[in-house]
Amino acid sequence: MSAVPTDETLRELVIGEVSYATRYTKKFETRSLYVSPDPRLVRCVIPGVILEVSVRKGMRVKEGDPLLVLEAMKMQNQVVSPHEGTIHALCVSAGDAVTKGQVFLEFE
Amino acid sequence: MPNKHIDFFRRKERLVNGGASRASEKQMALGKLTARDRITALLDVDSFYEFDLFVEHRCRDFDMDKKVLPGDGVITGTGSIMGYPVCIYAQDFTVAGGSLGLMHARKITKIMDHAIKMGMPIIGINDSGGARIQEGVDSLAGYGEIFYRNTLASGIVPQISVILGPCAGGAVYSPALTDFVFVVDNISKMFITGPEVIKTVLGEEISMEDLGGARVHSEISGNAHFYARNELECFHQIKQLFTFIPWNNKKKAERYPVKPPKAKFDIERIVPMDSRKPYDVRHVICALCDNSEFLDVHANWAANIVVGFARIDGETVGIVANQPMVLAGVLDVDSSDKAARFIRFCDAFGIPLITFVDLPGYLPGVDQEHAGVIRHGAKLLYAFSEATVPKITVILRKAYGGGYIAMCSRHLGADFVVAWPTAEIAVMGPEGAANIIFRNEIAAAPDPAEMRRRKVSEYTEKFANPYVAAASGHIDAVISPAATRDFLIHAIQISANKSESRPYKKHGVPPS
Repeated sequence: MSAVPTDETLRELVIGEVSYATRYTKKFETRSLYVSPDPRLVRCVIPGVILEVSVRKGMRVKEGDPLLVLEAMKMQNQVVSPHEGTIHALCVSAGDAVTKGQVFLEFE
Repeated sequence: MPNKHIDFFRRKERLVNGGASRASEKQMALGKLTARDRITALLDVDSFYEFDLFVEHRCRDFDMDKKVLPGDGVITGTGSIMGYPVCIYAQDFTVAGGSLGLMHARKITKIMDHAIKMGMPIIGINDSGGARIQEGVDSLAGYGEIFYRNTLASGIVPQISVILGPCAGGAVYSPALTDFVFVVDNISKMFITGPEVIKTVLGEEISMEDLGGARVHSEISGNAHFYARNELECFHQIKQLFTFIPWNNKKKAERYPVKPPKAKFDIERIVPMDSRKPYDVRHVICALCDNSEFLDVHANWAANIVVGFARIDGETVGIVANQPMVLAGVLDVDSSDKAARFIRFCDAFGIPLITFVDLPGYLPGVDQEHAGVIRHGAKLLYAFSEATVPKITVILRKAYGGGYIAMCSRHLGADFVVAWPTAEIAVMGPEGAANIIFRNEIAAAPDPAEMRRRKVSEYTEKFANPYVAAASGHIDAVISPAATRDFLIHAIQISANKSESRPYKKHGVPPS
């Protein structure tokens, strides 16, 4: 009785510069790879509905200025500007249902 | 004058059948037994003695006073499993959806108090629509009183939760506080917030099965320890578990007649020499333990570590083993959690621990770091260090760096640490080590690749073995695979009177 698997389920996993033949778990296989955040984009962190957009394209905002109001979990959340900058593009408008990770707007 | 005996039988008859027969048929159509049948199937024949059959709910609002709820939707009592005394409760879905009201909860807490006092395990069969909304805050009080007792009973008597139906909202926290959770395919449903709420609030659509079905909890979330395809298989698993665990923390687990491992597991031929090659560590366990009988706990979750119960010399032992066949046996968030919980159960119930080591280290990745592999990994160190039961460690192959320390090394208080000749106990793998130590020489060489190869092989020759650690006394002995079972038997026998005292503390503050 062999304890050594030889089937095609074997994959490579590199740890400490050594490549091991092994199987992946479902969780490992479906893990999302990290993407470094783009500082020009303001993204949605919780699904909800946009109630109000307080800025226009080309507008200059300071850090902490209100950008829009997002209703989520029965709360009206004010989304504020993370930094100073000029609005390059608005990707949502009032009434839109938004999902997690969706881009609200783009800075220049 | 009415015959009191006939009156008694009539009253009892009305109550034992639970809810409407239509509800029972519906239950059966789903592959579910009724609450009473479940108790009968699980316990020894005629061993069940019921508590509180005549309890009635006290709700007077919303016309509830006109409703009769037999047993208030839960059956409680005492009995035995293979002669082993147990307290048991089973929620009855045919009575008001098994909903939990105050008296329903009081029946459960009464039997739990009994279990704690009598030092017997408690089994809870969960099949309930949740809080009985008509009873309002009284129903919440009921849950709280159950959680409180789950916590008090923890480490005193084994607590087993069997999820045989819905178990949603606050109700899930009783199973989560217990030692072992059993789930059955297509029947068990566990979640804090259901698909409907998730859809309304977050707009995410998911089926009940994909959100909190048996597979999800036994493979992804780790909330369930045992997965079965049907209820009877689940009851068989529970009985199997009971052969390994003691009644309470003052008793030892039952001793069984010693049977040798089965011949098909050849200890000499399981572990490949090449440490990059995988194998199933469960074969090593089966080649060493009595009758090759191993009960895999959390078999389908965090499979890169294997934990479970076996016997050596007739005595129950808890096994913790890296699994090279899955993710090369690395430690990560889930495997650390899985092993730490198991170690604490064994320590609480006086079950010696045997650790088999073969791991390349920790799983690299942003997701791991962001998920808190530091604090999760710390749980494993804490659990091994805290445990005062006999701790026996066998290093099969790789034991590198932090992984070597974490896997019950002598430094964490292991009582016995032995290694096979194939063991490689080193600060890191040869490739990584050579690249750091000989960085300058490799860079300056006319043929850096050739120089690296030479240095790696030099390092491997010198350090990828058990003898460097043995020279420092970090391991006690190097033993052959063939001698390992005899060594384990010896170690278990001479550990019988182990006593280790620690300074007084109310309790530690483990990472969580």
